[in-house]
Amino acid sequence: MSRDPNDTDRAAHLRFWRSVEEAQGEVDPSADTIGLPTGRRDFMRLMGASIALAGLAGCSRPPLERIVPFRDGPQQQTYGKPIFYASAIARDGYGAGVLVECNMGRPTKIEGNPLHPASLGATDVFSQAAVLELWDPDRSQTVRAGGAIATWDASIAALQGRLRARPRGAGVRLLTETVTSPSLHAAIRALLGRYPEARWHQWQPVNRDNAYAGARLAYGTPLDTTYRFDRARVILSLDADFLDAMPGCVRYAHDFASTRAAHAPAERRSRLYVVESTPSLTGAAADHRVPLRARDVPAAAQAIAHALGAASDGPATAPVPAEWLQAVVADLSQSRGGCIVIAGERQPPHVHALAHAMNEHLGNVGGTVVHLPAAAAEVVDCTASLRELARDMHAGSVDTLLVLDANPVHTAPADLGFSDALTRVPFKLHLGLYEDETAAASDWHVPAAHALESWGDVVAFDGTCTLQQPCIAPLYGGRTPLELIAVATGDAQADARTLLTRYWSGRQPQDFDAFFDDALRRGVVPGTASAPQRPALRPFDVPPSTTPPGASLELVLTTDPRTGDGRHANNAWLQELPKPLTQLTWDNAALVSPALAQRLGLVNEDVVSLRVADRSLDAPVWITPGMPDGCVSLSLGYGRTRAGTVGSGRGANAYALRTVDAPWFVPGVSLVRTGRRYALASAQTHGRMEGRDIVRMVSVAQAAACTAQACGTPGYRDQRTLYDSPPFGPYAWAMSIDLSSCIGCAACTIACQAENNIPVVGKEEVRRGREMHWIRVDRYHEGSVQNPRTVFQPVPCMQCEHAPCEVVCPVEASVHDAQGINVQVYNRCVGTRFCSNNCPYKVRRFNFLQYSKDVPSLDAQRNPEVSVRMRGVMEKCNYCLQRITTARIAADREGRSLRDGEVVTACQAVCPTRAIVFGNLNDPQSEVNRRKNSPLDYALLAELNTRPRTTYLARVTNERHGA
Amino acid sequence: MAPEAALAGDAPGPRYSGAVITDRIAGIVLARPTHWGFLAGLGVSAAFTVLFLVAVGYLFAVGVGIWGIDQPVAWAFAITNFVWWVGIGHAGTFISAFLLLLRQHWRTSINRFAEAMTIFAVAMAGLMPILHLGRPWFFYWLAPYPDVMNVWPQWRSPLVWDIFAIGTYIIVSIVFWYMGLLPDLATLRDRARTRGKQIAYGVFALGWRGEARHWHRYETAYLLLAGLATPLVISVHSVVSLDFSFGLVPGWHSTIFPPYFVAGALYSGFAMALVLAVPLRAAFGLRDFITERHLAKMGTLMLVTGLLVAYSYGVEVFSAYFGGDAHEIAIMEDRYTGAYAPVAWAVILCNVVIPQALWLGWVRRSALALFALGLVVLVGMWLERFLIIVQSLAHDFLPSSWHLFVPTFWDLATLAGSIGAFALMFLLFLRFLPAISMAELRKEAHHEPMHQ
Repeated sequence: MSRDPNDTDRAAHLRFWRSVEEAQGEVDPSADTIGLPTGRRDFMRLMGASIALAGLAGCSRPPLERIVPFRDGPQQQTYGKPIFYASAIARDGYGAGVLVECNMGRPTKIEGNPLHPASLGATDVFSQAAVLELWDPDRSQTVRAGGAIATWDASIAALQGRLRARPRGAGVRLLTETVTSPSLHAAIRALLGRYPEARWHQWQPVNRDNAYAGARLAYGTPLDTTYRFDRARVILSLDADFLDAMPGCVRYAHDFASTRAAHAPAERRSRLYVVESTPSLTGAAADHRVPLRARDVPAAAQAIAHALGAASDGPATAPVPAEWLQAVVADLSQSRGGCIVIAGERQPPHVHALAHAMNEHLGNVGGTVVHLPAAAAEVVDCTASLRELARDMHAGSVDTLLVLDANPVHTAPADLGFSDALTRVPFKLHLGLYEDETAAASDWHVPAAHALESWGDVVAFDGTCTLQQPCIAPLYGGRTPLELIAVATGDAQADARTLLTRYWSGRQPQDFDAFFDDALRRGVVPGTASAPQRPALRPFDVPPSTTPPGASLELVLTTDPRTGDGRHANNAWLQELPKPLTQLTWDNAALVSPALAQRLGLVNEDVVSLRVADRSLDAPVWITPGMPDGCVSLSLGYGRTRAGTVGSGRGANAYALRTVDAPWFVPGVSLVRTGRRYALASAQTHGRMEGRDIVRMVSVAQAAACTAQACGTPGYRDQRTLYDSPPFGPYAWAMSIDLSSCIGCAACTIACQAENNIPVVGKEEVRRGREMHWIRVDRYHEGSVQNPRTVFQPVPCMQCEHAPCEVVCPVEASVHDAQGINVQVYNRCVGTRFCSNNCPYKVRRFNFLQYSKDVPSLDAQRNPEVSVRMRGVMEKCNYCLQRITTARIAADREGRSLRDGEVVTACQAVCPTRAIVFGNLNDPQSEVNRRKNSPLDYALLAELNTRPRTTYLARVTNERHGA
Repeated sequence: MAPEAALAGDAPGPRYSGAVITDRIAGIVLARPTHWGFLAGLGVSAAFTVLFLVAVGYLFAVGVGIWGIDQPVAWAFAITNFVWWVGIGHAGTFISAFLLLLRQHWRTSINRFAEAMTIFAVAMAGLMPILHLGRPWFFYWLAPYPDVMNVWPQWRSPLVWDIFAIGTYIIVSIVFWYMGLLPDLATLRDRARTRGKQIAYGVFALGWRGEARHWHRYETAYLLLAGLATPLVISVHSVVSLDFSFGLVPGWHSTIFPPYFVAGALYSGFAMALVLAVPLRAAFGLRDFITERHLAKMGTLMLVTGLLVAYSYGVEVFSAYFGGDAHEIAIMEDRYTGAYAPVAWAVILCNVVIPQALWLGWVRRSALALFALGLVVLVGMWLERFLIIVQSLAHDFLPSSWHLFVPTFWDLATLAGSIGAFALMFLLFLRFLPAISMAELRKEAHHEPMHQ
């Protein structure tokens, strides 16, 4: 007998509860109250149960069993070889396909799924960090009843007892985030069918309310508008950060970059115009950017629409420069059918409607702009939905509330009084990954299964559905929303897989097993992409501009590029990943323009009090070039009180200033100095290039005329040297980074962190300048501080052929291998740090302290192919040597050489824009050679004659003359 | 003008007979009761030594991250201390070996304690590079030793050269010092009243009996060792400077560094010798041996080396602009206008401006003024090393990597503690060994009339 003794216990346990409560059909009155039964009758019942349990288990010791090592291991598993599972990870409800690398059953790394339309092989930073979230020791590990440890069965019993007492579901409410999962939606519908008076609310702080309302305004129906940036030649973004913060942004970044790459064909090269209220990646990518207060964006949109002829009346004065306006209008008009006008998620509905009108007017719809039915299973106005729930809770008409995977106590608008209302609900059950703020305010908390532990399904921005499969059994017995809904519906026994197959077999009755296997293997369910729609544009009214007089400040709330709406606050990788525009880590800050800071006498790290009406919030100031004047920007996602050991108590809680009426833009803010200071940790303290040839920029015309002489590219490969070139074998690895493609998203940094077991150092250490990232993304500003051009430059190790680090190492810990890689021998390193001093690129990273902590669950995340470094040892990028070696061994076994593209570094794999190319210089046909033969190719600090193997393609800008 | 008269002649020592000299100097070690001031000094320096041990213990337990070093400033206090302490050592060797070869007999009164200063300073210096290692327990990997894996040091690294330079220096310094001590140890043995002291001094005296043969061999060996030590005055700090000029960091990569560092080393060394000599002669009544004439000569040497250092500062700036390298120019501009500009101007003030007072005769003759100037130059030279190391690293090629260094408590504790440990060793030296070479002074007293 080889049954797991725990199974026996568990089975007995289940039977026990069934026998007492369910089998007799008796409604346990104690289930209404919180906690485990403690009365006399309950005690007798427990005692009886114990005896029954003892009888069932047979004896007190686990049954004798023989332990047999694997003779035939689990299917497909080879020791030391990873297995990749296709799945999907949702961001704000929208899924993106991933491939999860599992080493001996442990998910360790996430790659994008090339077959998935929202990924195409790349991911965003959140997907990369999901694997750390899975292993986060702060995750909720047990069911809790009123704070005390309880069991899943007790929670089921309590919930089912509760529902049985309300046969029509009166007073029962369900709160979820935006649901795109078809199976979950079906289950919720079934639940609502069974309890017709129950109500379902959806709330998500980063929601598409404005986009849907805008589509309703323009078309009368909510739509998800998707864009084909690869087909667009002119793009106008109205405060839309489509490269970093929008459903489908990874795909958009890919498509956009295909028109921006250094060698993009001239006829496809796009020009990007941006107006924006907070500097973003999209603004940094723009050819012509105008910083604008958020409240001025509608007027700008109206002015452009009017000038294009898409709107009948325009504003009295356009808030954008006249020549800029003319340039946009001219460019858009010249690219009819081949341009895009895109409105930001935060902008009010009529800006979306105006964008729709402009796209219709310009003939883009159906070409570059594609309308799809909303991916959300049911479109609701999140804000209205939550307001209704809060109102009912205040009124006392809600007595049972299920909160699935949402954290409304933290994220609800401040004026709803959600926390107070919650205390009026007698029964609150929360399902979540963490024991967060909502869990603390709930009576019951059930740990949720992580996306990598779950069976489920999720829909991408274009409607494509992916089946999620677990890569590991739930670490802490977590449940999926689907399972909990099934329990509420009365089906306590079905597991998530059964529920999922039940749903899909209903939709795919023929040949279901083959369909299911195929969908799992591919990571996409074939034929689920939504069909484009062509609704007719309806006339709509644009509300008159209600811009208050210019003096008062406006607060712009943004989604944090690292912690999102706050759900990633406990993820140390994300916390330490510098925010692209500010390079801040571990905190949010009130971003102000240099001019505003000067006016108010503020310097970085001054704490100000942001006051709106009777609300106020203290936050440190960070002066941000390119912020519009008259604006303060603060990101959501901080100020968590119960995020976990990493995220609790960090930064300022911007939700405190967020209201139902002003979810994103809060007018009438005053900024009051407090006289206090708050230390912020910025990973980069100097943002100017100081006239040095670091990020090389050329115009399209220059690039077209570019020869080696014309561009002044130093022939870094022809420089003289006293030394012989070291002999190399068949491979000479090299990298090329296209600065025209790079958007600065830093996915490379976090992918490298996951791949190479790079430790997190913490805020104080970042402040000291000790962050460990092997590939960093430098950000430079150029031009005026009011509206600078912002450029990004990923900097991994240059793998210099004449490496300055090697000659100064006294113990030969820094050496060259036969493939031209400058490798660091950790075992030999004594930590003189001379190599780092002598590295002109400063890409070496030193373990000043024991950064790699020995936390069992975090150890499980580590890549077994990469050494974990101890304190006192230097480390750095080695072109993912482990990946090269793995591929080379495989090729050697087949008696062939490695093919181009066979080795993909972690940074290259994750890059949405394909900015990074890696390959063999000895292969004349390789992609990397093709790039290096470009006249736009240049080496960083080539004059030092270090002969870097990593080189860059200059950034090609596509400005319009006279704009 | 009695002192002036007394100072007439090449050897400024007083005309005491050999017996009086021996009585006075040996008496400090054997007979003089311990003064409370000495105990107080011992207590203070012992307290700082304990601080040093705590700082080192914590460093070994936790790692170099307790200091303020960062990326890009991976070297700061430890290496600054290293260069500073090595430099201080140089004056001792210069006085004892260099001046011996040049037959500067006035050196006789000061060479012993200056050599002791060298050894203790180099001991402190030698510790610093070990402490600064990320994994200090593997420091011996820098030395060439037969390893089962056949791994050798990487010979192109100046840090390996350092091992040889510092190793040679400390060995030669100790041997030279000990050789010079032999006749005096024998004297102490003979004069000691207690059995323990007789045995202790006797063992270290290696059976010295003052035979003519002993003296003959001693003189030969001493001269040879002086010949051996003299090039080290030049070579050791030149090698130390290569740790920097070998690197391609702007602000480091300069061919002037070897002479510049040697001049700086002697500068700080003479300053330290003065800082030690002035209280020494006051506290132990040695004004007759270490006269104002001695102090004045050291003051003159300090002025000369100080001018060399000032010249180097000028050349650095000149060559940056003359060379036209944008990074070098940026470093120089940042040095005198950037975040570390207060340090740079403090260096100019301490090392260039204030020491010009040494042109004045009364300053050179005032023990107090020389003591104060010595302290100023010591501070200035420490700051100079700090500036070269830290400011250059903080402001190199890629602006994105620029980052300032801010010291922590442990940085300061290590510096203060090393000064405390140095002082403790020096104070113990004063109590257990003759601070002035009795044998040489006797010889000078004997020879003096002939010189006149």
